[in-house]
Amino acid sequence: MVKVTLQEVTKRFGKTTAVNRISVEIEKGEFIVLLGPSGCGKTTLLRCISGLEKVTEGRILFNEGDVTNLPPKDRNISMVFQNYAVWPHLKVKDNIGFPLKIKKKPTQEIETKVKWASEMLGITELLDRYPHQLSGGQRQRVAVARAIVMEPEVLLMDEPLSNLDALLRVKMRSEIKKLQESLKVTTIYVTHDQVEAMTMGDRIAVLKDGKLQQIGGSNEIYHKPTNLFVAGFIGSPQMNFINVEVKEEENILIVATSGLEIPLPPAIPIKKSEYILGIRPEDIHIKELPNSTRVTGEIYFVEALRSDTVLHVNTDFGKLVVKIPGDFDAKEGENISLYIDNSKIHLFEKESELSIL
Amino acid sequence: MDKEKIKSLLTFLIAGMISLWFLTPIIFITLSAFATSKDYYNPNYIIPRHYTFSHFYKLFFTLSAGHATLISLSVAALTILLSFLLGVPAGYALSRYKFKGKNTLKLTVLSTRMFPLMILAIPLLIIFMQIGISDTLWGIVLAHTTMVLPFVILITSSIFAGVDIAFEEAALIFGLSRSKAFFKITLPLALPGLAASAIFAFIMSWNEVFVASILTLQNRTLPAQILSTAMDSPDYYKFTAGFIMAVPALVFIFFARRYLVSLWGISLK
Ligand SMILES: Nc1ncnc2c1ncn2[C@@H]1O[C@H](COP(=O)(O)OP(=O)(O)OP(=O)(O)O)[C@@H](O)[C@H]1O
Ligand SMILES: [Mg+2]
Repeated sequence: MVKVTLQEVTKRFGKTTAVNRISVEIEKGEFIVLLGPSGCGKTTLLRCISGLEKVTEGRILFNEGDVTNLPPKDRNISMVFQNYAVWPHLKVKDNIGFPLKIKKKPTQEIETKVKWASEMLGITELLDRYPHQLSGGQRQRVAVARAIVMEPEVLLMDEPLSNLDALLRVKMRSEIKKLQESLKVTTIYVTHDQVEAMTMGDRIAVLKDGKLQQIGGSNEIYHKPTNLFVAGFIGSPQMNFINVEVKEEENILIVATSGLEIPLPPAIPIKKSEYILGIRPEDIHIKELPNSTRVTGEIYFVEALRSDTVLHVNTDFGKLVVKIPGDFDAKEGENISLYIDNSKIHLFEKESELSIL
Repeated sequence: MDKEKIKSLLTFLIAGMISLWFLTPIIFITLSAFATSKDYYNPNYIIPRHYTFSHFYKLFFTLSAGHATLISLSVAALTILLSFLLGVPAGYALSRYKFKGKNTLKLTVLSTRMFPLMILAIPLLIIFMQIGISDTLWGIVLAHTTMVLPFVILITSSIFAGVDIAFEEAALIFGLSRSKAFFKITLPLALPGLAASAIFAFIMSWNEVFVASILTLQNRTLPAQILSTAMDSPDYYKFTAGFIMAVPALVFIFFARRYLVSLWGISLK
């Protein structure tokens, strides 16, 4: 187990900056998820940590040791690749035992460890097969077994579940998390699936355009997003955003287009006049509650998921998406009253897009 | 009649005609190669009645095709060795690394094939005479390597490009250095393709006649030897010589066709 420290890590490919001055401290045994949209630099950052990619600037430390310029084989890491990269010319047991064989461990020990790892992943009966005789899910397990067999200091995973079907993905999510908890290995896990991130990560690092946007537990990321991007990226359906103005000194938000007024908590430091209000779909209700603001609109689309119902409502100031638990009998074209929970409002500066509430 | 049947009958007919087109000369070469001279010249039979090995015997021992065959085999083997020693690393580099002028380099490699070997042969002979390797095995090997190398480079580069780089990276992660990852992972995975390109190189060298004829007098390769001896002999010797030339290539292709097909990206199953 090591603590991984990234100091101002930067990676450029020619003119594109894939990773832009990222500094993070990852604690011993922590499960950290790198989350972000496609092309934001997740894979590149992971590859920098693995040593497959040389950083352009910055340093990477494992505990106190500088590994920035070490080749991958000297970092005591292992990795699960997105396409698994299980070697097709080796049997499953030779794939799993490979890292140990390279380290010239005695045959007896290799066998014991391979057995241990394959039991952990429930693939003991596949050991004598070749990879082309396995299903995608089985191959994925082999890749994970190979990654844990040498008991690495750091375990890196690049979207290991993205090639599996939905059901298996949910199952593997908990299995990998449990496995990591029992091995207590420092783990860095790349995904663009926010559900995976929320359910698996001790902490989540949200990236955009190679820059770290926010790092924190799922609770913090969800309820206290630091900027507009994180607020919009996390949560499904997406947070509603409304352009607003603030009436000078009165701490009241005015929704610009309709004159709707929403009171703000008194302690907010308001400077400029233009802001973006954010409110999550589940924080808009259809029953009146204290400290709420009433808006009216017309339902124009209903997503009946049965576990919840998502309403798309046209109001004077644009579309609002509302999520209500359970079945709700609503017809498209009906008028409806909505109640925005004033205590759940987010506020972002229009120019910097930073959160101030 | 049912459509499927007509379709398969047509396919069969067309495939049969194409096969016949290519096989007929080979069949006649084979028949004539073994025909006794009397039968060969007898206008009453298209297919000879009596067969003999004597042409082979004469060709191999009196006209020293045996010696030439050994030389041809050595030349082909050494050509493969040399062109692979140079071409495989080059092909690997072209497939794995990005560098300035990569495409220009590829084009340059290919453009060496713009100069026909016939044009190169005379200057080569002069240079070889000056440095004292004319009429030697190594002289032809060098010339053949020049001829084969561009193909080896380009073909191996596409073979390595077909080996997922993640296999190699996984090897780096799990404890191998770059060179060991190449030998333990990439090379075994590329082996079928490499074998196919080796066979390709073999056949190119085996069949090459022009440069070999110009560069050598005593140490002729088989095609060069045949050109200078069998072609001045009675006709049935020519067929025997043709048979000797064709058989090794056919045998090689027969055993390697799986790989050869994979080389061009088609899969046989
Ligand atoms: N080898 C490379 N050469 C040049 N540019 C690259 C290279 N690898 C990545 N990039 C660029 O760096 C940026 C980040 O890529 P990266 O693969 O890290 O994204 P990602 O977050 O993993 O995306 P995805 O979710 O699609 O896998 C992209 O703009 C990509 O085009
Ligand atoms: Mg990626």
